[in-house]
Amino acid sequence: MIPTLYILFLMVPIYWLASMSLKTNGEITGGFSLWPRSPTLANYKVIFTDPSWYHGYINSIIYVVMNTAISLAVALPAAYAFSRYRFLGDKHLFFWLFTNRMAPPAVFVLPFFQLYSAFGLIDTHIAVAIAHCLFNVPLAVWILEGFMSGVPREIDETAYIDGYSFPRFFFRIFTPLIASGIGVTAFFCFMFSWVELLLARTLTTVNAKPIAAVMTRTVSASGMDWGVLAAAGILTIVPGALVIWFVRNYIAKGFALGRV
Amino acid sequence: MKPWNNKAWLFTIPTLVLVAFSAVIPLMTVVNYAFQDTFGNNVFTWVGLDWFRKILHSERFLAALIRNLAFSAIILAIEIPLGVLIALRMPKKGIGVPICLVLMSLPLLVPFNVVGTIWQVFGRNDIGLLGASLKGLGIDYNYVSDPIDAWGTVIAMDVWHWTSLVVLLCYAGLASIPDAYYQAAQIDGASAWAKFRYIQLPKLSRVLTIAVLLRFMDSFMIYTEPFVVTGGGPGNATTFLSIDLVKMAIGEFNIGPAAAMSLVYFLIILLVSWVFYTVMTRHDD
Repeated sequence: MIPTLYILFLMVPIYWLASMSLKTNGEITGGFSLWPRSPTLANYKVIFTDPSWYHGYINSIIYVVMNTAISLAVALPAAYAFSRYRFLGDKHLFFWLFTNRMAPPAVFVLPFFQLYSAFGLIDTHIAVAIAHCLFNVPLAVWILEGFMSGVPREIDETAYIDGYSFPRFFFRIFTPLIASGIGVTAFFCFMFSWVELLLARTLTTVNAKPIAAVMTRTVSASGMDWGVLAAAGILTIVPGALVIWFVRNYIAKGFALGRV
Repeated sequence: MKPWNNKAWLFTIPTLVLVAFSAVIPLMTVVNYAFQDTFGNNVFTWVGLDWFRKILHSERFLAALIRNLAFSAIILAIEIPLGVLIALRMPKKGIGVPICLVLMSLPLLVPFNVVGTIWQVFGRNDIGLLGASLKGLGIDYNYVSDPIDAWGTVIAMDVWHWTSLVVLLCYAGLASIPDAYYQAAQIDGASAWAKFRYIQLPKLSRVLTIAVLLRFMDSFMIYTEPFVVTGGGPGNATTFLSIDLVKMAIGEFNIGPAAAMSLVYFLIILLVSWVFYTVMTRHDD
């Protein structure tokens, strides 16, 4: 009962966005109507036929996928180190990683811009992917460490006795054991990189401009283009919804095993 | 007990390099700004702790800080109990599980500015479903001019946006409780409340601490969503720390005070989070 009411509460604004995306601007601003009176796909057509719109989606997807891949690649060995060994300053390092999620981005964007221009990275997908690592890598290390700690250490030792080298052990035996953890981590990296706007907008101008930044274009002299904005909004939910559909079985199971 | 091995550091190097690249230089630059004044042309003069003194005595900063603390407290007071309650009542198996998970995750996947846009239109009392319904019920609601309505809208928006994160964490925490605990409780004839208080709540303490921590950090740094909906208004009613900071840094180009404010802001988050982290890892090895 309570979950149903809650889902209803979640769906109403999304329904409103979907219904707006099927209306003309005249109908949206003309007054209140619960259903679109004459549903039209014109708003979606604008997005799919205008390169500056659909390139926004492509740009976002490129840097989000890059970020997810990089975050996982660097977080896996680090999480293994934290879960299997104690070393000088391990707890301090773990907490320091964590502090990178706490910097209010507003003022930090200026030096960010200077840093990335010094390396000639402005307006590239890799710049946004690397910048988003600032908050995604600590989260990835944190989640993966929990999953890895759930795998008994005897498995490592047996593999070494059987003559496995470390890389072979890690990729052939260990990685499959924490597959669901990797799925959950990938989902979280995808989600946080997908919704972040401030850094992505600061580091890009034209060629790597994210969709969320393209959307601010709909404010023009002739007023807001609400219909196109709503259609673009609906389309920003689709990729994430697809990702969660694919990892849905891992989420509950994964969290249960993990530290989080 | 984990073996001691300092070579494990080698495994953390890629992570360290990548995070430090984006973290250390910007942080040092902000520290630099915070102790200097500039009139443009890259000429900087040392001003010591002046900006910090100014910030800590500024009523504008204190007002934004109090507003933000109140906002975070309200958010936590609503989202945490609500999230636990929903997680407790969610189906445990069957087709309902993936449906609930997917539908509940949708708000989490909406870009921040789109969240703001949705609520901005949704709440308008001429063309939005929420605003128009409230008006239809005879409630005088206008988030553009009434501070209380603006707060209500921003809070409802955050509850809509983030409660699912708490639900997902708690659902997973509950799923990890072995059946044996419940069987023992059944034999003892424990009430539903006793089961919650003595089995579920203790097992949830860890995920709950993390949920509280994440929600605290994010709500304390909230920027895009309220900015899109209310722009910090009416007046300064919903000007939270981040909104004030951006006004100062970009609108008024007061880099020095803005940098000092960022550091104070960062230290507050760090301090609160450190307390949570210490509590959280208290029982670890």
